[in-house]
Amino acid sequence: MIDYSRIINKKTRDMKPSGIRKFFDLAQTMENVIALGVGEPNFQTPWPIRRAAITALERGKTFYTANSGLYNLRQSISEYVKDYAKTEYSPDDEIIVTVGGSEAIDLSIRAIVEPGDEVLIVEPCFVCYKPIVELSGGIPVVVETKAEDDFKLTAKALKEKITEKTKALILPFPNNPTGAIMKKEDLAPIAEVLRDMNIIVLSDEIYSELTYGRKHCSIVEFDSMRERTILINGFSKAFAMTGWRLGFLCAPKELVSQILKIHQYGIMSSPTVSQYAAIEALKNCRSDIDMMVDEYNMRRRFCVHGFNEIGLDCFEPEGAFYVFPCIKSTGLSSQEFCEKLLYTKNVAVVPGDAFGECGEGFIRVSYAYSLEHLKKAIRKIGEFVREIKENG
Amino acid sequence: MDSLLKLLKKNARLSNSELGVMLGISEQEVAERIEKLENDGIIKGYNTVINEQAAADCGDLVTAYIELKVSPKAQSGFDEIARTVSQYDEVENVWLMSGGYDLGITIKGTNLMDISLFVAQRLAPLEGVLSTATHFVLKKYKDNGIDLSDKIIDERGLVSP
Ligand SMILES: Cc1ncc(COP(=O)(O)O)c(C=O)c1O
Repeated sequence: MIDYSRIINKKTRDMKPSGIRKFFDLAQTMENVIALGVGEPNFQTPWPIRRAAITALERGKTFYTANSGLYNLRQSISEYVKDYAKTEYSPDDEIIVTVGGSEAIDLSIRAIVEPGDEVLIVEPCFVCYKPIVELSGGIPVVVETKAEDDFKLTAKALKEKITEKTKALILPFPNNPTGAIMKKEDLAPIAEVLRDMNIIVLSDEIYSELTYGRKHCSIVEFDSMRERTILINGFSKAFAMTGWRLGFLCAPKELVSQILKIHQYGIMSSPTVSQYAAIEALKNCRSDIDMMVDEYNMRRRFCVHGFNEIGLDCFEPEGAFYVFPCIKSTGLSSQEFCEKLLYTKNVAVVPGDAFGECGEGFIRVSYAYSLEHLKKAIRKIGEFVREIKENG
Repeated sequence: MDSLLKLLKKNARLSNSELGVMLGISEQEVAERIEKLENDGIIKGYNTVINEQAAADCGDLVTAYIELKVSPKAQSGFDEIARTVSQYDEVENVWLMSGGYDLGITIKGTNLMDISLFVAQRLAPLEGVLSTATHFVLKKYKDNGIDLSDKIIDERGLVSP
């Protein structure tokens, strides 16, 4: 018989399934679950974008594109990034269209990390950075963010973790799961620390469109930061295009030419129909984004207020579509809270520690749901918290 | 559109305190702004969107859209005849239209006969009405911005990163 344990690479075997996956399996066994657990928009992709994809199919646009993506799309991305990050990337050799932000993250990490390299990961954060760093033999070094800092990265916390081996910093703002953002004045001291170092920043800006009350600020806007940053973004969150699997990265051409090799051998080119759709998204869908941001913003206020009212302290996130209430007052761990809530009230939220140890004591609640749905769920969580506090 | 109006248009049953939270203003301010919108005639009423196809006992089951050609009056143009038509309880909407006819009207009735009689006996004989064309609605898919199709299923799963 074949011995799979000797077939599967050790690093793959050692990879832990994400904490979210575990919780997903649990929730899956229940019926009539009121979910607040998903990290994707509840809007359908705006119709003009879907229409553009249909047209592309009708016209037979079914071939591979250039490895780095359709030139027109790269041009549109270049303009888009110039507009929001005030930084120019050449469509010729500084942009790669990827299979989601996910592939951009994977490519970037694989292209730069060697065994023994340390990669700074700002936690709590999206779940994929750590396993990919480990797969490359890198050593993830966690930089924790704290509720008292509004979950922002501070220069002090960053400096403490930098060593000679530090190769990269993953900067994931606006943040999943906390909803924290880094304002211009928060980024300035970070740029100050990094300016003279041989450290690459992976700026995961997938939620850059989803900020409330102010525009997103990118680290590349700061002096000398463009040359040391890989900017990652995509269509999933801003344009409600998760299933289209399309994202991009922008970086100096010295980096892009290297990264492109991995993309070329591993992927060839990103989905062609999605690329045509994305051109339409960047060209004509500003008003759709504005509409979605308005909606999220109202739900965001509603959730922050709702959680504070039921006795779970909730800091006011200014980005993404998550709130991250603190559940320490219940005396339960995040896992216990989420499991009990699921079993007694049929409500699914994600335990904060699934996004890093410092997420312990918090839960991630997505407000990518209708207002009626959120209202019902928060009422149920309120009942749950009251019962826990009364009866233990 | 004003963000308060947008919210109310979608769901007029939100309480003032909920509206206040969502807009980041006080409950008091919401109350004042709504009162002003009502007084200024901007908010003209609050309706419920009913899926009559699903509710068996809601009375009016048939909707018709009627095109009306009329001859305008020298002084009042189309306003006078439009107001006269609006008087009938059966009439739900009255619009002055561009194009091949003048007034577009929707009316509700319990059956086709009801509506035919209404058109023949009430609308057609009105002074100034030149002709009518009646279209019956067979099925409604979307009404007032609300999708009337079967329950929309969330395909996103329960939990994802
Ligand atoms: C912070 C962050 N980065 C990247 C992604 C990946 O998104 P996609 O691959 O759909 O572009 C996600 C998705 O949840 C995310 O939350």
